[in-house]
Amino acid sequence: MKVQQISVFLENKTGRLARVTEVLGENNINIRALSIADTTDFGILRLIVDAPEKAMPVLRDAGFVVSSTEVLAVEVNDQPGALSKALRALDNTGINIEYLYAFVQKDPEKALVVFRVERLDEAIKVLQDKGINLMSSRQVYSL
Amino acid sequence: MYWQREYETMSREQIRKVQLERLQALVKRLYNEVPFYQQRFKEKGLLPGDIKTLEDIKHLPFTTKQDLRDTYPFGMFAVPMEDVVRLHGSSGTTGKPVVVGYTKNDLRIWGNLIARSMVMAGVTKNDVVQNAYGYGLFTGGMGIHYGAETLGAAVVPMSGGNTAKQLMLMQDFGTTVLTCTPTYALYMAEEAHAGGVDWEKIKLKIGIFGAEPWSNEMRRQLEESWNITAVDIYGLSEVLGPGVACECRYKKGLHINEDHFIAEVIDPETGEPLPYGQRGELVFTSLTKEAFPVLRYRTRDISVLYADKCECGRTLIRMERVTGRTDDMLIIRGVNVFPSQVESVLLEFGETEPHYLLVVDKKGTMDDLEIWVEVSDRMFSDKVRGLEDLEKRLRARVLSVLGISAKIRLVEPKSIPRSEGKAKRIIDKRPK
Repeated sequence: MKVQQISVFLENKTGRLARVTEVLGENNINIRALSIADTTDFGILRLIVDAPEKAMPVLRDAGFVVSSTEVLAVEVNDQPGALSKALRALDNTGINIEYLYAFVQKDPEKALVVFRVERLDEAIKVLQDKGINLMSSRQVYSL
Repeated sequence: MYWQREYETMSREQIRKVQLERLQALVKRLYNEVPFYQQRFKEKGLLPGDIKTLEDIKHLPFTTKQDLRDTYPFGMFAVPMEDVVRLHGSSGTTGKPVVVGYTKNDLRIWGNLIARSMVMAGVTKNDVVQNAYGYGLFTGGMGIHYGAETLGAAVVPMSGGNTAKQLMLMQDFGTTVLTCTPTYALYMAEEAHAGGVDWEKIKLKIGIFGAEPWSNEMRRQLEESWNITAVDIYGLSEVLGPGVACECRYKKGLHINEDHFIAEVIDPETGEPLPYGQRGELVFTSLTKEAFPVLRYRTRDISVLYADKCECGRTLIRMERVTGRTDDMLIIRGVNVFPSQVESVLLEFGETEPHYLLVVDKKGTMDDLEIWVEVSDRMFSDKVRGLEDLEKRLRARVLSVLGISAKIRLVEPKSIPRSEGKAKRIIDKRPK
């Protein structure tokens, strides 16, 4: 149920994001989802790709600082209030969400949201108890 | 344990007496034998007989590296070549080296000073000393070599490099003492821990490291990774080579061999001598060297002298380990700042080979310091909060170590320009 996310340190200067995507493209690695968190000086690019164990070394070789984190890919129905059900469930158990970001999938009825939470195993149980569907890493990588 | 107890534990009164006698003899010798110094004395209207007390040293001229270059190769020698038995050169990266010479007696004294340093560190004649300082023009290799022989230890003359063989012999010979630069010792440790070494066979107890500035944090790393006691040895070829000063096992500064050298700390800007306890540029006068004596040689190394008594029983004053060079000293808002201080902070944060850059600029009338730090895998986190927290902790540590506030800017790896593999540490954009 855990999905591997890759984070890349980016200085706030032109061309850095383009370079990351080039490196991935040249190595035939497909991006499934991405988000950037930024401050005035730097940004952190978070990526879900189809081959994370391949992406890490190629990005490192290209001179980037990368790290890998486990996240959850939560499937929610594409309708009002659907996301709040998942958030409320975590909140009730006191599990903090560090950050989250949404990404599209091919099924028009569903939305996918990446959750970065602190107590991962507990969060999985809480969400599954509420009948919320978590996608497996294989499903996510092959989207 | 002492090597020459009578000199190492003299009273301050005695040591000052020995120093004055030797200084007066030196000044006479320089005036008579070295035209360069005679000229300098005349310019200052000085005669050898004017030196009546130790404090009179402040009237004597300084010697700079440039003076030594200008008199290349043998212009500073105070004896005829027939008495010179060895030549060494300083490791100048540009142009011609500075050449230094030794008589037989100089080598004998040097050997004893190294032996003294080794005994201070705890080495005995039963030890096997693996000497991985470079052999050649550089004074480190041969200097340590003959000193270890003088002591009576078994020396393995490895010179630098060939790490696999170093590690093999270290196990096979049961090496107990390693002598080399601290960076090489660290590199060897990494290789040793990477595998292929039978740690049962590693008998290392003591490391005597020098020839480059290193921090206490690096000492901790070396002591942990090798399971040894690591001490700092100091020297420079213009003054002698290694053996000018060395740490004892209490590691509270390096004991200066004062019966052979007078150490001063001066204000690098004005040249005025500073009292004990104040930080400034180290200046050495060699008292007993015959072939290549120097008067008030400006080392450009930054340190502090301490005269309080050491627990080891030696009365020789101590110098704080060199924390920087006047060449890379920055004055920011009136405070002296050295890149090595920033390096020590980054080492505390677990960086084994930190890459950083100090960028100084003027903002209005104020000096502004930014420290660029290359982010490593070890520092990086996927959370913005993690990186901001790192910046905050670095800023607080820099403030307490440097005494001034700085902005920390995290940058991508390899983004700080390097020349010849060595990173540039300072960009000063302030209008001159």
